Amino acid sequence: MTAAPPSDLLNMAGISKSFGPTIALQDVDLELKKGEIHALLGENGAGKSTLVKILSGALKADRGRMTLASRPFAPSGPLDSRIHGISMIYQELNLAPHLTVTENIMLGREIHLRGILQRKDMRRKVEKALAFLNHPEIAPDVPVRKLSISARQIIEIARALVDEAVILIMDEPTSRLSREDSVQLFQIMRRLKAQGVGIIYISHFLEEVREVADSYTVLRDGQRVGTGRMSSMSLGGIIRMMVGQDVKELFPKIPHKPEGPALSLKNFRGKNMFSPLNLELQQGEILGVGGLVGSGRTEMLRALFGLDRLEEGRITVFDGEKAGDHCRDRIRQGMGYLSEDRQSEGLALSLSIRDNLTMSYYEPYVRWGFLRLGRQKRDADALCRRMNVKARDSDQRVSSLSGGNQQKVALARLLHQKADILLLDEPTRGIDVLSKAQIYDWVGRLAAEGKTVVFVSSYFPELIGVCDRIAVFFRGDLVSLRPAEEWTMETLTTAATVGT
Amino acid sequence: MVLKWLGPFIGLILVVAIFSLMPEVQDRFLRIYNLKSVATQSVIVALGALGMTLIIISGGIDLSAASNIALSSVIVAFAINAGIHPLAAVLLGIMAGGLVGLINGALITSLRLVPFIVTLGMLGIARGVAKWMAGNQKIDTPLTWVNELMAKSPQGLLLAPGVWLMIGLAFLMAALLRYTVFGKHIFAIGSNEATARLCGIRIGRTKLLIYTIGGLFCGLSGVMQFSRLTVGDPTVAVGLELDIIAAVVIGGGSLSGGMGSILGSMIGVFIMAFLRNGSTMMGWPNYIQEIIIGAIIVFAVALDRIRHK
Repeated sequence: MTAAPPSDLLNMAGISKSFGPTIALQDVDLELKKGEIHALLGENGAGKSTLVKILSGALKADRGRMTLASRPFAPSGPLDSRIHGISMIYQELNLAPHLTVTENIMLGREIHLRGILQRKDMRRKVEKALAFLNHPEIAPDVPVRKLSISARQIIEIARALVDEAVILIMDEPTSRLSREDSVQLFQIMRRLKAQGVGIIYISHFLEEVREVADSYTVLRDGQRVGTGRMSSMSLGGIIRMMVGQDVKELFPKIPHKPEGPALSLKNFRGKNMFSPLNLELQQGEILGVGGLVGSGRTEMLRALFGLDRLEEGRITVFDGEKAGDHCRDRIRQGMGYLSEDRQSEGLALSLSIRDNLTMSYYEPYVRWGFLRLGRQKRDADALCRRMNVKARDSDQRVSSLSGGNQQKVALARLLHQKADILLLDEPTRGIDVLSKAQIYDWVGRLAAEGKTVVFVSSYFPELIGVCDRIAVFFRGDLVSLRPAEEWTMETLTTAATVGT
Repeated sequence: MVLKWLGPFIGLILVVAIFSLMPEVQDRFLRIYNLKSVATQSVIVALGALGMTLIIISGGIDLSAASNIALSSVIVAFAINAGIHPLAAVLLGIMAGGLVGLINGALITSLRLVPFIVTLGMLGIARGVAKWMAGNQKIDTPLTWVNELMAKSPQGLLLAPGVWLMIGLAFLMAALLRYTVFGKHIFAIGSNEATARLCGIRIGRTKLLIYTIGGLFCGLSGVMQFSRLTVGDPTVAVGLELDIIAAVVIGGGSLSGGMGSILGSMIGVFIMAFLRNGSTMMGWPNYIQEIIIGAIIVFAVALDRIRHK
């Protein structure tokens, strides 16, 4: 092992990690110097989270070595890593909302004398950290749930300070911050940098990354494809590295022609939507919706489906009954919705496949108030076969199915409902390649039958491969809507990360 | 699918077997007279369990069940004493129970309060109202046919009318859960409320109905309670809600919702009834029964978790 230069704070060499057959990281190197802000870039699934989790002790690498300040570093777990001065700030902040600022900051590293908390000492430490961060106005005794997101982020950083962190890992810290708060955050990061703290900064917002980072490492498909000084790299160059050559994937081309109006939105804004939306959808059309997590796509779908209250504007569903704005009415108007997280919203895990399949539409089986279970079973079995759901029969419990098959059950319900407008939120996330291909095929066939599909996805290749038009959201606004042929991987990434 | 009842059923067989093997009681335990006695004794808990099964499957709970039963029994006694026709009095008692259930349901759905808390409060309120109505003492009533509902050895019928009613209603509720849309909705709400809402199920309305049905069954149970004691006693059935809930849980009901069955709950009722019956015959003190039942509840739930892993 060659001796690392003295200014090297962290050296990760040859890191590899697999989860069963999936290779998450392959021979990845990362160097971090003292007082350096290092951006870790890459698409979803490129391996960024896995790499930092290995550093923070949450995961153990299969192969590779780490050195911290010239000494070998192999943490036994997250606490060990924290004791060595590595602090991780997750995207979903790890705070206990009912506890105070002080209690949260000192959580796990409380100062105590034989079990009795030393409140004065802890308070002093906390106040010092908050002052350094230029936020003396955050009262140490306030319960965290009363604070804004940006304040909560400050508290997580304060925790790292109190821990005397030498390396700070920040995962998407600005995804929920306003521009002003982000600028403030960068000032704090520069102050930490001046103190010699090394920061690993993961973010999709490339403009900001260019603003604050000194150096970068780009991962793609588990491998390192580039590293260097930020100043010597252009935005376009970085995007090209992240995206690489067009991935050769097979997207079944099922011919279909969008024709006739299906859905019309005028100044449409739901409860959690940032700005009003104007959109026209046609029958037989597949609309792709791209954008980063938190860009407003899910909020739009939920408002469309009536899960979030409509605050202004109008929605017209053509050929559907005129009814209210509850999702019950939307189902009757012909809309079907597949939510992002099937397990918590979309499937009832303890119930059978057939009960899940028919949950939104029991009418065909009701006779004088009683269900014709025989018919229900027959239809459910047929639907399972048609969708290729791998199960013994439709009586099996959904919880025993694989992720891909669970997904197919959730989708099949929309078929059973005879939905004409399908709102799909990340339908292929987290499922196997074969099931993905089947879903693309199925979406194409639906369009050929004249159905409308709204396909939300964070994975650009599938948007380009499957959709007719693609809309991109950035920070709550629909910034661009163009036919799929006019988009490229680079322009999609730019639109999603920069907004132009 | 039948397997889910196997566990509780084996438990029932075990309990009966153990007692029938005990020398002190074996000559009396399995006698028809004793079996009829057990059946009659379980009616009150069983009726409450029929409603509670629906509530627990939907992911809720009703701690006010026993207070509701006591209140209904007092109302029936009150009504008969006041000269009201016995049938009307019975209906009044059942409706009163339904009203309490309706209030529970309304508070839970409109205020979005946790069922545990709402029904905990109602536990005290209903009991208090019962005591207030009865003037804090038992209400004696003249004899009517209502008192015959829980008679141990009725002429003609094999079992007391109350027992036949329990059996009939059990079949009805089982059919409701299995064969109606309403039944499916109960399971859906209990299994995953967010999913049920997504599928257009009317959550508020369904829950309101579930708690009202639960209340109606408590009302009916109160009528039986009155029949058994032949007086309206506001202090009766204290703690019975725990027996009712235990029966549902032993029978396979999950407190987090989405699972449970009428047959399982009935088996749970009978496991506890046989336990009490056998223990009393053996001359074991009350506290032994309580310890055993408590242990069985923990055991049954643990077994259930293991089976579902």
